[in-house]
Amino acid sequence: MADKTFTDANFKSDVLDSSTPVVVDFWAPWCGPCKIVSPTIEELAKDYEGKVAVGKLNVDENPQTAGEYGVMSIPTVMVFKDGKPVKVTVGAQGKDAYKRMIDETVAS
Amino acid sequence: MVYDVIIIGSGPAGLTAAIYATRASLRTLVIAGVKWGGQLQLTSLVENYPGFPEGIQGPDLMTAMRKQAEHHGAEIIGKDLVKADFTARPFKISVADATHEAKSVIIASGADARWLGVPGEEEKIGRGVSSCATCDSAFFKEKQVIVVGGGDSAMEEALVLAKSSSKVTVVHRKDEFRASQIMQDRVKNHPKIEILFNSEITEVMGAIKVEKVKILNNKTKETTEMPIDGVFVAIGHIPNSKVFEGIETDEQGYIKVRDHFLTNIEGVFVAGDVHDRKYRQAVTAAGFGSAAALEAERWLGSQNL
Repeated sequence: MADKTFTDANFKSDVLDSSTPVVVDFWAPWCGPCKIVSPTIEELAKDYEGKVAVGKLNVDENPQTAGEYGVMSIPTVMVFKDGKPVKVTVGAQGKDAYKRMIDETVAS
Repeated sequence: MVYDVIIIGSGPAGLTAAIYATRASLRTLVIAGVKWGGQLQLTSLVENYPGFPEGIQGPDLMTAMRKQAEHHGAEIIGKDLVKADFTARPFKISVADATHEAKSVIIASGADARWLGVPGEEEKIGRGVSSCATCDSAFFKEKQVIVVGGGDSAMEEALVLAKSSSKVTVVHRKDEFRASQIMQDRVKNHPKIEILFNSEITEVMGAIKVEKVKILNNKTKETTEMPIDGVFVAIGHIPNSKVFEGIETDEQGYIKVRDHFLTNIEGVFVAGDVHDRKYRQAVTAAGFGSAAALEAERWLGSQNL
């Protein structure tokens, strides 16, 4: 399954109300480091298929959600559980770092 | 398998070295790092790289260089270097989960942004403190921001931010910029940009995100507080040389170059911003990368390796 696309419109239903943890990559097309993170997010979507939803939110097109969660620097990756952001990293990280965030969230 | 050359770094120096090494039929591995592509990944339009009359986006230029290196057969891994053992040959180069062996090494690990190191700065990175205007300017639309620094990268950050922010203040500790004249002129003539010379930020303040800064005028010794939404730091770079045990550096951490891109260890070459304190351009880094690869090739030949 490919990574999901989150928007201001579907954020409540697909992220906040999700029964599984959700990984959200806040990105924009003009951000170089976001392009570094993007393929990793796509891999994670496959790796965690069925267990954790993984997707991207374009901050240009969805300023409301980005603003609500205080995103002021991208890439920012957040892991949501039970409607709340429980893990946050700012700046491009390696796949291992993202996996750790997800695994810790799932285990908690 | 022992590689002919392992290149550490994936900015213009590392990737150009990879293009030259692979075209010389050297078995080549690039330790690209998690944040591959170097400092150009943090830029927008690059106007001084030859061959692009209208300029080229920094990330696009790096993607093209990477493709070119891969096209010629370079293996590229997106992991960070953990340890480089130069005590015996073949050299042993380790990432988190593997160790690779090489007959020669080209260090092209570049330089990372230098931060101010003042109270309040570190915990507000991503909460109003940034080193990448092209990444983050959109979050400061119609807001007031500060850019710290006096070089070309500070000028670029200020100009990028001035497109969408309501006001940009450039804070510089000296009484003049060292940026190129054309960039200085653009900044000085911009209606939305104000300049504070002889000024230093001494503290970044705010409950959760940046709300204000303390600014010291280093001539009058007077400290004032300025309400501000964002602080963009562009005060230069620190060479990424710490991880290389046994490699000689100068007191600021730049790797010392012997004759023609050789370090103090035979078989270990160097290219780009990790040794170049003077030019620090994408095109000079690429040039150094090609030269280092040619030297590595020559050296391997001379050793019958």
